Amino acid sequence: MTTTIERGRPGTRPVKAAPANRRPGRIRRIGLPYLLLLPALVLELLVHLVPMVIGIVMSFKVLTQFYIRDWGSAPWAGLDNYSLSVDFNAPVGEALLHSFFVTVAFTLLSVALCWLIGTAAAIFMQDTFRGRGLLRALFLVPYALPVYAAVITWVFMFQHDNGLVNHVLHDQLGLTDKPSFWLIGDNSFYALLTVSVWKGWPFAFLIVMAGLQNIPRELYEAAALDGAGIWQQIRRITLPSLSPVNQVLVLVLFLWTFNDFNTPYVLFGRAAPEAADLISVHIYQASFVTWNFGAGSAMSVLLLLFLLAVTGVYLAVTSRGRRPADA
Amino acid sequence: MRTIRAAAAGAVVMSLALAATACGGGSSTDGEGSNDAPKTLTYWASNQGASIEIDKKVLQPELDKFEKETGIEVKLEVVPWSDLLNRILTATTSGQGPDVLNIGNTWSASLQATGALLPWNEANFAKIGGRDRFVESALGSTGAEGQDPAAVPLYSMAYALYYNKEIFADAGIAKPPATWAELVADGKKIQAKGKQVIGAEGANLSENIHHVFTFAKQHGADFFTKDGKPDFTSDGVVAAVKQYVDLMAKDKAIPVGNAEYAQNQSVSDFAKGKTAMLLWQSASANLKSQGMSDDAYGIAPVPVQSGTPGAGEQVNSMVAGINLAVFKNTDNVDGATKFVKFMTSDAEQKILNTAYSSIPPVAAAQSDAAFNTPATVVLKDTLAKSAAALPQVADESQFETAVGTAVKELFAEAAAGRPVTTESVKARLEKAQQQMPAA
Amino acid sequence: MPDLSTTPVARNSPMAPPRSFLWSRWIFLTLLTGFVLLPVYVMVSSSLKPLADVTGQFRWLPSELTIRPYIDIWSTVPLARYFVNSLIVAGAATVCSVVIAVFSAYAVSRYSFRGKRVFTVTVLSTQMFPGILFLLPLFLLYVNIGNATGIALFGSRGGLILTYLTFSLPFSIWMLIGYFDSVPRDLDEAALVDGCGPLGALFRVVVPAAIPGIVAVAVYAFMTAWGEVLFASVMTNETTRTLAVGLQGYSTLNDVYWNQIMAASLVVSVPVVAGFLLLQRYLVAGLTAGAVK
Repeated sequence: MTTTIERGRPGTRPVKAAPANRRPGRIRRIGLPYLLLLPALVLELLVHLVPMVIGIVMSFKVLTQFYIRDWGSAPWAGLDNYSLSVDFNAPVGEALLHSFFVTVAFTLLSVALCWLIGTAAAIFMQDTFRGRGLLRALFLVPYALPVYAAVITWVFMFQHDNGLVNHVLHDQLGLTDKPSFWLIGDNSFYALLTVSVWKGWPFAFLIVMAGLQNIPRELYEAAALDGAGIWQQIRRITLPSLSPVNQVLVLVLFLWTFNDFNTPYVLFGRAAPEAADLISVHIYQASFVTWNFGAGSAMSVLLLLFLLAVTGVYLAVTSRGRRPADA
Repeated sequence: MRTIRAAAAGAVVMSLALAATACGGGSSTDGEGSNDAPKTLTYWASNQGASIEIDKKVLQPELDKFEKETGIEVKLEVVPWSDLLNRILTATTSGQGPDVLNIGNTWSASLQATGALLPWNEANFAKIGGRDRFVESALGSTGAEGQDPAAVPLYSMAYALYYNKEIFADAGIAKPPATWAELVADGKKIQAKGKQVIGAEGANLSENIHHVFTFAKQHGADFFTKDGKPDFTSDGVVAAVKQYVDLMAKDKAIPVGNAEYAQNQSVSDFAKGKTAMLLWQSASANLKSQGMSDDAYGIAPVPVQSGTPGAGEQVNSMVAGINLAVFKNTDNVDGATKFVKFMTSDAEQKILNTAYSSIPPVAAAQSDAAFNTPATVVLKDTLAKSAAALPQVADESQFETAVGTAVKELFAEAAAGRPVTTESVKARLEKAQQQMPAA
Repeated sequence: MPDLSTTPVARNSPMAPPRSFLWSRWIFLTLLTGFVLLPVYVMVSSSLKPLADVTGQFRWLPSELTIRPYIDIWSTVPLARYFVNSLIVAGAATVCSVVIAVFSAYAVSRYSFRGKRVFTVTVLSTQMFPGILFLLPLFLLYVNIGNATGIALFGSRGGLILTYLTFSLPFSIWMLIGYFDSVPRDLDEAALVDGCGPLGALFRVVVPAAIPGIVAVAVYAFMTAWGEVLFASVMTNETTRTLAVGLQGYSTLNDVYWNQIMAASLVVSVPVVAGFLLLQRYLVAGLTAGAVK
C-alpha cells in the first residue's frame, strides 16, 4: 500500500524542479490517467475483487469443518450449495427466503424513514433561527458515535425488566398492560428499525442539507412572487431540485442498510430473533457459527446478484431523461 | 464497447491469477509440527476471570515460572469469548495461529474434525505424565469416541443449584429441592414472598443447550443416535425441551424477563437477591465479585426426576470445562508439549483452578484442601458421578446453534404469553433437525 | 419548474414563513431532538451511576453520582491502547483513502481515456459486496501474502488500514469526481499554461478549490473505519485490537458493566465528536457538489 502511494507522489517533484518550459510527452499524457487510477485499482482488486473471486470459488466447494484446513483440496460441490440455498421448501432455503424478506422490508422502511427525517430536518433548518447551529451539532452526534457504543446503549434501553423504553411506556405512561420484549420476539423488528434510523438519518440530513445550499435563491423568490406559499415552494422547488442528490443518497443508503452487519450483530448477538433475522447475520451464522463456508458463500453470491440487479434497474429508472450518470 | 470488454476480461484474468496464488499458497497449513522455533510459544487463553486484565494477572506469573524452568518464552493473548471461535476458525483455515490454545471442551469434536489439532495419542500423553492422571469424565469431552483426544482437560466445571439461604428461610423451605417437582413446589412458596424463583439465560444458545441436554438425559433420550445422526424429535427429547421451557411457560418458576437474558444477567439477579435459585457452573468467584458473600448462598446438586443424582437417567450436569489444545503445525512441538505438561502439573492445576473456582481435571490435584470446601465437593461429586459429556460429534457447533435457537424462540413465545405445547416444541425441533447438515 | 421569465427585481427579504410552517418546524425539531438526545442522555447519566443502579430498574436520575466508572474503565480493559490503535488505523486509512481518491477522481474528472466507465462502475460495484462474502477470503489472502513476501498483514494494523481504506474508497472517489467536475476547468488550464504539470495543477489549483469536498470525504472515511466490528474482530490481536471490538471487553463473563461501557464510549467519543463539530462547516459545504455532480 505504501509503495503505491509513493509511486504517485514523486511525480510531483519534477514539476517543482522544472516549473518552466515543461511539455509532457505524448506517452506520458496518455499514461497519466491510468497511473493516477492505478493505486485505487490495485487496492480494490486486492481487497475486494480477488476475495470476491475466491468467495465465488468457495461457493462451489464443500467447505465444512472437515475441509476448511486445506480448502484448496476440498471437494467440489457443483451447484449443491446453491440448490440448498434456493430450495425454498426445505428449512435452509425457507429460512433464507424469510430472512431475505425481513431484510427487504427492514431496508425499505429504514431508508424511507432516514430519508424522510433527514430531508424534513434539513428543510426545516434551511432558514436561520436561534439555536440552529447547536441543533445541527446535536444531530450529528449519532453519526459520530462508534457503532458498538451507540447500539449497546439501545440494548440497555430496550431491556425488558430494567430498560428505559419499558419504564416509560409501561411504568410511567401505562400504554401497555405489561412490559414488552424488544430484543426477542416480534417487536425486535421495530427495535432494529429504531436503532438503524437513529444511526442512519444524520447522514441523509447532511447530504440533503448540502444539496439545499445549491438551489438558487432566485427560484424561491420567483415562486414567492407567483404567490406560492412556503409549502408549495417546498413541493415545487425544493424537492425537484434535490432529485439528483436523492438519486445518489437513496442508493447508497439502500446498499449500506441492506449489507449492515454491525447493528443487528451488536443488538442481538449471533442468533437474531426470527422477526429481525437480517440476511447479513444469517449468512454470518451459516458460515462462521455453523461452519459451512460453502453455503455461506453461495448465499452471499446470490445476495450480490440481487443487489447488482436492483442497482442496475434503479440507476436505469432514475437516470431516464437525465444525462447519463458518469459513475 | 470492445475496449470495455477487454478491460473487464483483463480484470477478471488478473483477479483469477491472484486468487489462484492465494489458493496455491496454502502449503503452510499442511505443515506438520516442527521445532524450528524452540524458544517461543504463542498461547491463546480463554477469558476465565472477571475481565481480560484479571486473566493476565493470573496467568502471567505462571508463564514466567515456565520460562524460568524451560527458557521458553510464552506470548500470552487472552481472547474474549465473542472472538475466540472465529479466531480459531481463521487460524485453522489459514494455518496462522497460536501454538497452544484453550478451547471450550464442547468444541473438541468439531475442531478435531478439522484435523488442525495435535492428537493426544499414547506417545503424546506419555510426555505429559500419562492419560491416567486425568479424571475420566473430563476426558469424555475431548473428542469423538474411538479417536485420540484432540485436547487435554485444563479446567473442569459442573452445574450446581445455587440457592439464596435467606429467601429459603423466609419462605420456610428447609432444604434445597432435589427433584423438579419439589423445585416447582418450593417456587410457589418463594413467589408468595414476592421473590423470583429461578434464573435462566433464555437467549444464550450455549446455556440452553447445556440444560436441555441434561433434561434429555433425564428423559432417557439423546440428541444424537449412537452412530452420530441427529435425532431431535424423539418423544424423550421433546418432553425434555418442553420440561425446561415449561419452567417459564407453565410453572412460572423462571421469570419471563429472563427470556432475553444472554449476558449472565441471571447471575447478577441472583447476587442481588432478586431470584432465589440459579443453575450455574462454578459461580462462586463470580458471585463474590458482585458482592455476595460466600455464606449467603448454599450449593446443592441440580435436581433430577428421582431425587438422587447418578448415572444414566439421573444425570444432572453436562461436563463443562476448558481444554488445552496444540496446533499441529506449530513450530515448537516439543515446547508446546512441555507447556501442556506444565499447565496440567499438579501444582499449576491447584493454582489455576483455585483462581478460577473450577475443579482440576487432574485427579491428584483434586485432593488438595482448596477443593474440599462444601461448595467444591458438590461440583466434584457431580463431575465424578452424575455428569455426562455433550455429544462428541463433529456437528456439535451446528447442533448448538440449531437447537439453542429453537429453545430461545420457545422461551420468547412463552414470555409473550403464547402456549408452549408438545406440538409446538416438536415443530421447532423438527425445523432445527432439518437445518443440520445432511451428511 | 417556475417560470423565470417573469422574474422582476429580486426582493430583499423573502416572505416570512406562515404560522403553520413555524409550528410544524417547532414540533418536528423538538421531537427529533428528543429522539436523538434520549440515548445520549442515557449514556451520560448511566456513566455516572454505580453498577447497582444500572443493573437494577431504570431510573432517570442516579441514586448517587459517582465518577468511579471513569476510573475503572482504564483498568478493566486497556482502553488507552485500543483508543490509540483506533486512531492510528482510522487516521491512516483516512489519509490513504483521501489521497488515492483524489488521484483517481482527478483522472476521471479531467481526462477522457479508454476504460473510464469500466473503472467507475467496477469501483462502485464493490459497495455491493456483503462483507461476509470476503471476510474469510481476505484473511486467507493476507496470510498468503504474508507467507510469500514476509509482509505481515493479518493481525497487524497495516492489514486493517488496507481493508478500511478500500471500504471508503469507492464512495470517496464518487463524491470527489463530482466535486472536481464543479471546479472550473479554466482554472487548471491556466495553471498548465503557467507551466505547472498536470499534478501541479491538481495540487495547486484543483485540490485547494475542493478542500470542503476533501474534508467531507475524510470525515466519511474516518467514520467508516472507526466503527467497524466484523473485520476488526478477526484481524486484530491483543496488541492491535481497535475500540470497536475492545469496548466489548466491558461485557465480561461475570457481568455487563453497563456504566463502564457508557463511560468508555463517552470518553472515546468526545474527541471524535469535537473534531467532527470543528469540521462540520466544511462538511456541509463539502458534500454539496460531490453529491449533486
